[in-house]
Amino acid sequence: MKGHVWRPLYAVICLVVLVLAARYFMVPKDFGIYERGYMYGFHRKSAEDYWKTFKVKYQFNTDYCRDCHAEKYSIMQTPHAIIHCENCHGPVLDHPTDPEKLSVDKKRELCLRCHLPLSYPTSGRANIRGVDPITHNPGIECSACHNPHMPSLEAMK
Amino acid sequence: MISRRSFLKNAIKGVAGLSIPLSIIGIAGPRKLFALNNVTAGVRWAFLINTYKCVGCGLCVKACKTENEIPYDANVTRTWIERYVHLKDGRVFADTPKGGRDGFTTSKIDLGEGRYQDIDEKDIDKAFFVPKLCNQCENPPCVQVCPVGATFQASDGVVLIDRSWCIGCGYCIMACPYGVRFFHPVLQVAEKCNFCYHRINKGLKPACVDACPFGARMIGNIKDPEDPVTKVIMAERVNVLKSEYGTKPQAYYIGMDEEVR
Repeated sequence: MKGHVWRPLYAVICLVVLVLAARYFMVPKDFGIYERGYMYGFHRKSAEDYWKTFKVKYQFNTDYCRDCHAEKYSIMQTPHAIIHCENCHGPVLDHPTDPEKLSVDKKRELCLRCHLPLSYPTSGRANIRGVDPITHNPGIECSACHNPHMPSLEAMK
Repeated sequence: MISRRSFLKNAIKGVAGLSIPLSIIGIAGPRKLFALNNVTAGVRWAFLINTYKCVGCGLCVKACKTENEIPYDANVTRTWIERYVHLKDGRVFADTPKGGRDGFTTSKIDLGEGRYQDIDEKDIDKAFFVPKLCNQCENPPCVQVCPVGATFQASDGVVLIDRSWCIGCGYCIMACPYGVRFFHPVLQVAEKCNFCYHRINKGLKPACVDACPFGARMIGNIKDPEDPVTKVIMAERVNVLKSEYGTKPQAYYIGMDEEVR
């Protein structure tokens, strides 16, 4: 073949080699096709570890709280037993070292999440007793009168 | 002039040359792919939602945003609660103020743009709450469209995002028929529910499942016939969202209604 054929051909071959070399160095070593096949499983394996080692904030473990706060467990005899400590007291994180003290959400809005009456016939919401927040002691924290750990009206402060 | 002999010689050389880069790229054969797709043992996570039990308190959304470090006041969330209100005159209202993060503390329907619809209790035919989250589809369209391999399905069926590999093109956000994907406002990458992958791999339940006081949310291994969630899915009347898309979603709903999409 003549030089005018080979010259551009060399250029193309160089380009292909360059792309393959760049690909070899730039694509991470753990990039590959894993369990879910070519269509869904094409990824870096180490990305799974990123999510597996993500920090857990909520324990949602009743025994964890009970070890120190056993006196609060009167709540277990009440309808509020189904609500986990951390839903009102915030995520445990590394408590008691970090943070040393958890903050309690005492806002009226927290109670109204369930106790704002909505009579929706096919929803569990219809079965929860509620109050009208506009007429029922506006501006006062619910816990001023009601004990959230002993919520029955008979046990009012 | 090119002779027949030299043409054939060069053709053979050319074909031989072309076959080398193919082997370097390493395309897996169909037999290998088939073997990869037929893993029967192990875990396949599935979600079960009982809409009768949901009261719309939004504690799941609150817990999810904290657990997964989603900016609390940004209007994006991995899971959210929708409220459906059917009136006797045939009108249907649906809303999800802040994704239900603060619960539903008014009977007014949020129509958006600061407008609200007053609802008279007596006009309600049926009304209920529907928690939504990623369906972890068996055929996830969001994974198929990713141009860089930054989103993928793990062996247990959970669709994950590779945060350091995502280029933020947004194709996956467009591709999801359920609208569960969004841009992480801080990291500028695609973001979605992954059943709290860090929790389920440590033997914990997802934050939303544990936060729900009413047991409206459940997670289970659908490959285990003794799993309580599997038993309900197999034995009771459950439905999935938008089955017509062929995505095979793995979040099953009890008490699903026609209007829920």
